[in-house]
Amino acid sequence: QYKYRKIPLCYMEIVPTRVKIQLIDMLSATGLCVIEATSFVSSKWVPQMADHTDVVKGIQRVPHVQYPVLTPNIQGFQDAVAAGATEVAVFGSASETFSRRNINCSISESILRFEEVISAAKDRQIPVRGYVSCALGCPHEGHIEPSQVAEVAKKLYEMGCYEISLGDTIGVGTPGSMFKMLQTVMNDVPISALAVHCHDTYGQALPNILTALQMGVSVVDSAVAGLGGCPYAQGSSGNVSTEDVLYMLHGMGIETGVNLDKVIETGDFICNALGRRTNSKVAQARSRTL
Amino acid sequence: MCVFCLQTCVKAAHALPQTVKIVEVGPRDGLQNEKTVVPTEAKINLINMLSESGLPVIEATSFVSPKWVPQMADQVEVMQGISKKPGVSYPVLTPNLKGFQAAVSAGASEVAIFGAASELFSKKNINCSVEESLQRFEEVMKAAKEAAVPVRGYVSCVVGCPYEDRLYSMGCYEISLGDTIGVGTPGSMTKMLEAVTKEVPVSALAVHCHDTYGQALANILIALQVSVVDSSVAGLGGCPYAQGASGNVATEDVVYMLHGLGIKTGVDLSKLMDAGAFICRTINRKTSSKVAQATCKL
Repeated sequence: QYKYRKIPLCYMEIVPTRVKIQLIDMLSATGLCVIEATSFVSSKWVPQMADHTDVVKGIQRVPHVQYPVLTPNIQGFQDAVAAGATEVAVFGSASETFSRRNINCSISESILRFEEVISAAKDRQIPVRGYVSCALGCPHEGHIEPSQVAEVAKKLYEMGCYEISLGDTIGVGTPGSMFKMLQTVMNDVPISALAVHCHDTYGQALPNILTALQMGVSVVDSAVAGLGGCPYAQGSSGNVSTEDVLYMLHGMGIETGVNLDKVIETGDFICNALGRRTNSKVAQARSRTL
Repeated sequence: MCVFCLQTCVKAAHALPQTVKIVEVGPRDGLQNEKTVVPTEAKINLINMLSESGLPVIEATSFVSPKWVPQMADQVEVMQGISKKPGVSYPVLTPNLKGFQAAVSAGASEVAIFGAASELFSKKNINCSVEESLQRFEEVMKAAKEAAVPVRGYVSCVVGCPYEDRLYSMGCYEISLGDTIGVGTPGSMTKMLEAVTKEVPVSALAVHCHDTYGQALANILIALQVSVVDSSVAGLGGCPYAQGASGNVATEDVVYMLHGLGIKTGVDLSKLMDAGAFICRTINRKTSSKVAQATCKL
């Protein structure tokens, strides 16, 4: 069984709240069991997520589906809980420079902030997921040693994150570097607690995910229609499309519980709403053969 | 199925080839499906640039009737105009004996024959039945043997591979297994290779994956007991006879993956990207290579 997560929108134009809510509601009906709904970061940094409270309050929660939200610090956590969030995520980096530029503090400072969040979350029995960005390369530092990734992943896991998502933030990874990185991280974090978050900037996402699956990873992050990227990593674009991931997994006989046609429909909806083309090759191919 | 596939994958992961031979099909398979008729000079320039990038095999043109494939009408000029680099092969497609003879007169020293997936595909694509096409190929094989010209065979394997063993026993030195409409996944690729390698040694196999459903690189990765991969610079082209089929996998993206695995290809990615940029400018289209797109952005 594999879990799928839709990740938050990182998009230039501000998407209306009602569109975000409809998107999440449609995704809830596809069989996805985890849908990352929004982010309680300062709207100064990420204006797209300014309506976080309205989104969390507005969505129709489906039983057995989780709706985690990003919470970079204790303030964000408290706001998230007040809005009704029942799962949160913290976002660390394997790269010192990326950490400073993305969340405006060093890795060790960010860990202190996360400790506060995780402690408060424990008190309320709210599960926390950890992300480690730049796991296969950094837009500023270039090569990142697997040991750097392992160090941050281990800290987050030991602090209490139930799962660590390892992100190839700028999509430079290949099956070669994915293999080496996972081999190292697996020494410190059990494989069952690891997820991969691959970007398709260099077209490598699916082979990288395949490599991770071969090594025992069973949680994959993806974005419907391949929406989004990272506003803080220059040139970085292209989350892997949920549709393309599903197509591959289903073709391998792997169960996901997700209805591909409904995901394609949802992708069509959001792309129409945003006035943009899908990044999903499966969705493109399907629309051509109709 | 899942467990079998992943176990096979794990086995395969430990048996990666040290070197992969890339067969560049952009100038033929790629351009064949482009609407704009590319000037002969541009084709020659493209092939010369590809030669300089280190690619060991570049499919130069096709000796089919210009009535069917107008893009390849300048086949003789292209063959005679390119600067053949020592150590590089320039195979050409030859559907029948006439095409073979024309190819050899024009200076071709390697040819390829293209078998179809099914009766319907054969009729639509090469206007004859599968059995008729195999008879034509026998003629080509005989003539090629006499002229000591190596022959590569292509088979479209969307619904299993129909006759790769026949092409191999006829004398093709290599059989390229095509996912012509890109519907394959690592699951179907694993099954297909298991079946084919019972009939044809893995050293005589190549994979020709289309990226129509985004699966090409994953399929190539899983296939890497095979050490020959077909691809097309900038992801040019597809198949004009399979409705909706498009998107050869981009050579740049394949090379990026292979180099990341520590596999040697002999290809200079930067020069390859120059060739891709050139042809995209010439035919006024965006590259389909993600590596090329990413490199432009940074």
